[in-house]
Amino acid sequence: MLAIVRPDEWNLPLFVHVAGAMAMVAALVVVVSLGGAALRRGDGTVALTRLAYRGLLIGVLPAYVIMRGGAEWIASKAEWGEPTWIGIGYSTADGGLLLAIIATVVAWRATKRGAAGPGGLGRAVVILCGVLLVAYVVAIWAMTTKPD
Amino acid sequence: MYDWLLFLHVVAAFMVVAGLTAYGVVAFNGTAPVKAALRPALVLWNAGALGVLVFGIWLALDVDAYELWDLWIIAAVVLWLVAGAAGGRLERGLREGDASVNPQLLVGIMTLATTLLLLDMIFKPGA
Repeated sequence: MLAIVRPDEWNLPLFVHVAGAMAMVAALVVVVSLGGAALRRGDGTVALTRLAYRGLLIGVLPAYVIMRGGAEWIASKAEWGEPTWIGIGYSTADGGLLLAIIATVVAWRATKRGAAGPGGLGRAVVILCGVLLVAYVVAIWAMTTKPD
Repeated sequence: MYDWLLFLHVVAAFMVVAGLTAYGVVAFNGTAPVKAALRPALVLWNAGALGVLVFGIWLALDVDAYELWDLWIIAAVVLWLVAGAAGGRLERGLREGDASVNPQLLVGIMTLATTLLLLDMIFKPGA
């Protein structure tokens, strides 16, 4: 019932946190869509691979910073201690950053393959982003249901 | 019950934003290969919008502190209708190649309405 009785001063940090998380997940979905299409090796493979890389570089990573900044901002105002749901949030955020950086580097390498298509590198990017999406659904579950 | 309804409501909201972002990529990029994002955009936007409405109304009925006629809930429904109308027009325009449709403008309207919806959900004016 935390959301119902939330103090007003938490609203702006919560907005920043949720907006950043939404932008990050949305960018990941776009990267998976475009990266998956690039793997099918039709027309525009090079453009799709490049767009998937840009989605990670100028979509996912900046959105991560906003999400994480919002999380720290709201955590500085609240006194939650160390419940399970906070631990899940930190684990998925910190582990997710590592995977997102790896995916970005791999996507950049995939763009260097040009007309040969993204190949295994592109497949790795799609898989990494898929894993991130699953992890963030778990994080959303933890943030909303707040298990002790 | 409240926790699970909130989870499903929030997941649906994430789907809406993912669909909107995919629409944005198609609308602002415009090249043929990027049309690959059109199908996920369509599915995520529509399924998310339906989920947001259904689970949102369910939440309002489930929580004693909320009423369907609260100002912030009425504002949310109006914004949902605005975003939905723009999304429907965009969807038809992109599918049929209707030159009278301005995809960038419609995505702009959808983005504004969705951002205001998120602000409304968090700040709950009048609650």
